Parts: sequence; structure tokens; C-alpha cells
Amino acid sequence: MNIIVLVKQVPDTTDVKLDPKTGNLLREGLNSIMNPEDRHALEAGVCIKERMDGRLTALSMGPLQAVDVCTEAIGMGADEAVLLSDRAFSGADTWATAFTLGKAIETIGPADLILCGRQAIDGDTAQVGPQVADYLDIPQVTYVQDIERIDSTQAIVKRQLENGYERIECPLPALLTVIGSMNTPRYAHIGRMIDACKEKARIKVLNAADIGVMTSQVGLDGSLTHVVKTFSPDFKRQGKILDGAKEQAVSELLKNISKSDAATACKAFAASCELS
Amino acid sequence: MTVWIERDLCDGCRRCVKACPYDAIAIEDGKANISERCTNCGACLAQCKKEAIQSDTVPKQIPDFSDYRGVWVYAEQRDGVLAKVTLELLGIAQVLAQERGQKVSAVLLGDKVESLAPELIRHGADHVHLAEDPSLEPYRTLAHVKIVETLIKAHKPEILLIGATHIGRDLAPRLSRRVGVGLTADCTALSIDPEEKIMLQTRPAFGGNVMATIANRYSRPQMATVRPGVMETRIDEQHEGTIIPCQVRIDEDEIKTKVLEVFQEKRKHTPITDAKVIVAGGRGVNGKDGFELLRALAELLDGEVGGTRIAAEKGYIPTECQVGQTGKTVRPELYIACGISGAIQHRAGMMNSRYIIAINKDTDAPIFKVADWGIVGDLHDVVPELIRQLTPAR
Repeated sequence: MNIIVLVKQVPDTTDVKLDPKTGNLLREGLNSIMNPEDRHALEAGVCIKERMDGRLTALSMGPLQAVDVCTEAIGMGADEAVLLSDRAFSGADTWATAFTLGKAIETIGPADLILCGRQAIDGDTAQVGPQVADYLDIPQVTYVQDIERIDSTQAIVKRQLENGYERIECPLPALLTVIGSMNTPRYAHIGRMIDACKEKARIKVLNAADIGVMTSQVGLDGSLTHVVKTFSPDFKRQGKILDGAKEQAVSELLKNISKSDAATACKAFAASCELS
Repeated sequence: MTVWIERDLCDGCRRCVKACPYDAIAIEDGKANISERCTNCGACLAQCKKEAIQSDTVPKQIPDFSDYRGVWVYAEQRDGVLAKVTLELLGIAQVLAQERGQKVSAVLLGDKVESLAPELIRHGADHVHLAEDPSLEPYRTLAHVKIVETLIKAHKPEILLIGATHIGRDLAPRLSRRVGVGLTADCTALSIDPEEKIMLQTRPAFGGNVMATIANRYSRPQMATVRPGVMETRIDEQHEGTIIPCQVRIDEDEIKTKVLEVFQEKRKHTPITDAKVIVAGGRGVNGKDGFELLRALAELLDGEVGGTRIAAEKGYIPTECQVGQTGKTVRPELYIACGISGAIQHRAGMMNSRYIIAINKDTDAPIFKVADWGIVGDLHDVVPELIRQLTPAR
């Protein structure tokens, strides 16, 4: 069984600091980590590989510093890692990213099973997995919380829903995107990490030419969506004290909320404000 | 593609510095300087009044899309019940369609679901494209992708909106790739650009620390998934619409996956760090009974109960629900602090909440300084009143 796991290096957005004056994001000193859900995908892949005597390749795309997640992936049990790195790949939206990854999988594959995290914590789009699956014309199951059974021809998986889950039978080859509750990822093995840093490391770096894409098809040029502007969400506090009897203060509070976008943040408020 | 600065033209106005989403431009010696962080995204190009920022890309031609018309909504349903977000999408679809002088259509897929069409029409659909077949129930990716793809190719809508649910986020990306269009995920605001007449799609990125507005200029339909609970529904009982049935020709072999079983679970508590609404209590809460009160409010708001270190130490809340320096850092949409004075250690864990409401007896409590709205009073009076006013009259 040939397994490819897609891993992404992301800034640790849970550790974000904001400029106290401007409220802008401070990018300085942000740690780069392996996307948390990709780590769970890797763990799932390594477990299957160990059980079924397969081969696991970690595939990443990013600047050269993303070699760190390749090293870590090998430390966790990947047989080899491939990093797609080219100035031409930068600024890609999910469309261009999926195209690049799809081309790379055609180059290094074929794979019986492709695993990745449901979404990355920097963009939170959850789009690249399904788009890669469509490029490769293989079925997909997203939000996978458990792989119940897997053999060389099919997998039975549990797919998380908002209010439960469904059990799905899916023929292979397929792409599965996994969520964090699936497993507990192992720690990277130090010895393997050190080996992965040596001269004969099993990490390949491929550029646009290596996977046979034109620079106009990838990166910002190959993207269909573009960022028009970015801005910081307004976190300014209003500091409004509502006086009076409790009935009045509470109804005043609800009125205030319904006028702000806090009402849309919480539908229960909006609904009851309309009623009152 | 590369972006560079013509230093002679640059007057150091800092417009590009502000425009850069990646913090890659800094002013050095009065001139802009692009650092290695640059991803060549081009966001700075249009901002420069002196044309000092140069790029070697040829601007992409925007194809003629004048034959694409209509705002479409994918009508998600499960077991014959429409997802709430579908009705919300029809609300914003009406706003967008009106600005574009176009019609709103819903795309309804399933087995024997025609009875849902009137509800879609009441919520603003002028047309309901109806595809009925046993193979379309329950939702399976490739079945729904194929039907919607066929419909898009036949009718050429200008905009397609899909709810950012577990189904929508499975369908939308696959469909976008299949149809060959761009897609923006989890939007919280949509509008039409007054000049370009394209849909501007705003979404949070970077764990909610940055908002980004995204355009989809080079392909149609302009596709976006939209976060549930954000858009408003608009009901018109008199609204009339037509049902357009469509042929379903689909082979089980094409669908590939099988749904063996669907399990429904009781509502589980979300981890406090993921909760959208948190009702938190501190020293001012009167023991276990007091926290029961907070729990009632939290349930009404579909939120979770949190608390200060004291509340956790006294066992009123589990340790994993403690908010603050030594507990969890939370950033819900709404944080309701009840009987919490607002010590710095607690504020450290909740300062980044989108909205903060404080209820406290002490007018001078520091919590009021970080609150959007405060009520001075005993929470044991105020919270029941809140619950009373929030409970829909039956």
C-alpha cells in the first residue's frame, strides 16, 4: 500500500499576539509548526503503513524552511518526504495549490491512499483536500474521525457530522481528510530526525519544472481568487454601563446587542430580540 | 512574478506598508523596501500613487461573463429538513440579486423533497431547481457534485452560495474544482463591488486575527461558502416562485461511496476553547445553585459555562473550563462575565473575545473596563431576567 500524507507548515495562530496600540497582528516571533490536523493524518498513515507493510511519503509545499515539517514527518515514521518549493508557487490560492499538489502526486505516485488534515489553522478553508481528490479523480471522505477498517481495495470510515457521524464505505484509491479527535499523534523519534537531517536524508525538493507545471499555472498567477484587502477586526470596547431597574437594563442590553454584529454572532440573541 | 520598488519614484508614503497582508514592506531611509516575506501577492500594486511598485506580470484578461446570470443557493437538507443556513443564504442572495438585477434560485437535491420547495420560495427563491432520486439521499459527494455541475453548465449562474456546514464544506471545494472556478471559504460578509460589479467576499483568516476580502474575478460562478448563523433570513409569505424539475441520470458506479449508517448523537459539550458563547462565573456567584443559573443561560444561547480559578477550585466548574492565565485562553463571539471582578489573570484569558458583557454588583470592578456592555446589579437578579427576556414567548 502506497500512502501519501499532505502536511503543511503553518504559523502557530493559537499563539498570536496583537499590537496593543493598533490591534494589528504581530508576525514577529510567530512559531512555525506542522499543521495540527496534518499531524493526526500522519499518525493515521503511519499506523496503516505499519500494519499493512506499506510505504508512506509525506508531501509538503512551501518555502525551503518547510523542510522542518518534512524532517518531523520522517521522525514520526514517514519513509521519505517531498517538499515542493519554488518562488513560482507563492501566493497560491486553494485552486492553484490543489493543482500543484495534484501534479506532484502524479509525479511521485501513484498512491492508494492520500491523507491530510481537514483544514490548516492559518487559512481554515478545508478546500485543498477535496480539490486534490477531484484533480486526481478519486473519491473523497472529509471530516474522518475514525478509520474502522482498511484493506487494499476499500476503507470503512466514520465521517463526523454536526450532530453525530455516518459510516461510509469508500473504494481505494481515495483521499481522506481527518480531524483531531481521530488519534493521538506519536512524538517524532529523535534518531530518525537526526538521520533526516544528514546528507543522505530521504527528503527531496522539487520545483515547478520537476513536476512539469508552467509558472503561469501555479502560485498567484495560477490562482482564481485574490485578496483585495486585509484589515484587523475591530475589537474596541464600548464600555457602556446600563443603569436602571433590571428589566430596563436587560432590555437595553438586548437592544444594544441586536444593533451590533454580536447579534449575528449569536442567533439566539437575534431571534429573541426580534420577539421582545 | 516578482514585485520590486523603483526607489527614485517612491516618496515613502507608507500606503504599501499598510496594504501588505504579509508585513513584507518596511520604510527604510524614507523609501519602501520589500523583504523576503513577500509572496508576490500584488496587494500593494494598486495602492501606490507614484507607480513606484513594479511587477513583471502581465495583467490577466478577465473573460466576458455577461451571459452568466442569477444568484444560486445550494439548498442543504437532511432527512427532509432544510438546514437553517440555507434559509439564511436565501436572505443574502436576495440582497445580492437585487443589486445585480437578477433572480434568486435554489438548488434542491434529495429523495421526495418537493414539499420543501414552498419554504424555499417563501424565503426568497424565484426558482427552485429540483432533482429527486433515491441515489441523492443521504448526501454523497460525487452524486451531488454531478447534479449541481450539470445544472451550472446548463444555466450559468453568476453567483453560487453554499452553507459552510460539514456537507457544504465537502461539496463546495469538489464542485469548484470540477466546474473550474475559484472558491472562498467560510465568508461572514458578502457584497457587490459598486464599480466592478463582482461579489466581495469577506472572511476571517489567521485564526480570526485578520479579516480578508477576496474577489473571484476570473471565473464564474463566483462561489463562496458562508458561515451558518451570520446572514439574516428574509421571509415574504406572498413571494411566488416556480419549481423547475430536472432529470437525474446517475449511475451508482459514478458515486463510488456508500453510506452504511447515520448515527445521531446527543449534543455534546464543546470544549470551552471552541465555544461561540461562554457564560462565566466568579466569586460573586452563589455556589452550585448560582452556576445552575449560568448553565441555563448558556444552554439558551447554545454556549458553554466557564469560570475563574476560584470557581474551579471550589469545584463549581471542571478544571478544563477555567478561563485565565492558569486556565484556558478563550476567544468566543460573546463572553458573559457574571460576578467576576476581572483580575488581570482572568482578563488575560478572555480579553480577545469578540464581545464582552459584564454583570457585577461593584460599579468599580475592573471587568467593566474591558466590557462592551455592563450591568451593575446582582447577577442572581439580572441573569434570571435575561433568561426571561431571551426565552421566546410560547
